[in-house]
Amino acid sequence: MPTVTITVNGNTVSRAVEGRTLLVHFLREQLGLTGTHVGCDTSQCGACVVLVDGRSIKSCTMLAAQADGREVTTIEGLAAADGTLHPMQAAFRQHHGLQYGFCTPGMVMSAVELARTTPHLTEQAVRDGLEGNICRCTGYHNIVKAILAGAEAMQVEPVAQAAE
Amino acid sequence: MYDFDYLRPTTVADAVALLAQRSEAKFLAGGQTLLPTLKQRLAQPEAVIDLSRIAALQGIREDGDALVIGAMTLHADVAASALVLRVIPALAALAGEIGDRQVRNRGTLGGSISNNDPAADYPGAVLGLGATIETDRRSIAADDFFTGMFETALDPGEIVTSVRFPVPQRAAYRKFPNPASRYATAGVFVARTVDGVRVAVTGAGATVFRVPAIEDALAADFSPAALTGITVDDDGLNSDIHASAAYRAHLIMVLARRAVAAIS
Repeated sequence: MPTVTITVNGNTVSRAVEGRTLLVHFLREQLGLTGTHVGCDTSQCGACVVLVDGRSIKSCTMLAAQADGREVTTIEGLAAADGTLHPMQAAFRQHHGLQYGFCTPGMVMSAVELARTTPHLTEQAVRDGLEGNICRCTGYHNIVKAILAGAEAMQVEPVAQAAE
Repeated sequence: MYDFDYLRPTTVADAVALLAQRSEAKFLAGGQTLLPTLKQRLAQPEAVIDLSRIAALQGIREDGDALVIGAMTLHADVAASALVLRVIPALAALAGEIGDRQVRNRGTLGGSISNNDPAADYPGAVLGLGATIETDRRSIAADDFFTGMFETALDPGEIVTSVRFPVPQRAAYRKFPNPASRYATAGVFVARTVDGVRVAVTGAGATVFRVPAIEDALAADFSPAALTGITVDDDGLNSDIHASAAYRAHLIMVLARRAVAAIS
């Protein structure tokens, strides 16, 4: 079995995996990071979205072996060590951007990439950017509101940190 | 998914050699089609050969009057490339409409055209622009490359290394996406080039195809009005739960007019 070395949420881990092991199963079953969900398992719903080298991808449609040497960020890697929520997580809470929440980790991870890569997010850009994330509660209205607010907070935050 | 040996060569020559050593092996590009296929146990390769760490398959460059895009270049990188946006903006726009963000962050040009899904977007641009497909052993004209549903002119074990897109004067792509999958129910790529007008249709037939009647009409008069009265025969077009063949034939003309309007 190939051995993979992947930096997950800042921690570098090495594990033997089968060739067929999907990244999502590596994260959930080998590392116990169950915040990344398996929804449809057909690369449509986006509940399994994580960041690989900063890009959002569906971890049910990537082999763990393909992530060898890469940096992976999951929902568990967003909050600060003291538990302070990432601005996008805080915005989802404030704007009630979830109903039963199964899609939420994937939504938040997609939103983080969207906010980082799109300078002036509009509502339409958020809706287009969420094409790969499905909310079965159809609670998109508050999700979009949360992402717009979270993106704004992410723009502000680096300035605030620099001022400290 | 059945288990397989995962192999990761760093040169094209090694990839070709590894495939030749195995009775049943598959090249893995972005995996956005192959991995779902394996998960459904529709294929059982003995080995999967990951092409993602081969540097020679990466990158976008201008070469004379052409844009050369490495086979393993991600859709997202083509969509965001300042060079592609400047030289062939229609190609960047097309790449930015493939699937969803996460698919565009994994899917590759070479993987898409080698798979030749009848509803894929890239074959429209490759045929519409009259591109040349470079492989590890030869050059193949787009007109000869797409041979049938999920079929290409590639030999077993042959790897697409890059695609050379001649720079058109103007080009545009319009598609009617399936609202769930974003695949093209029908998509029309129209290009004005120094050699004439090329029109390629994807999503509507077994494989991408050109429409000489539309090309001839646009060569005489490049305007949406020039397409009035032209119809596409629906015989042989795809018919499924999403759209009938007659509806797709209608869509082709609507999308062709939209594409022409966008550039005339």
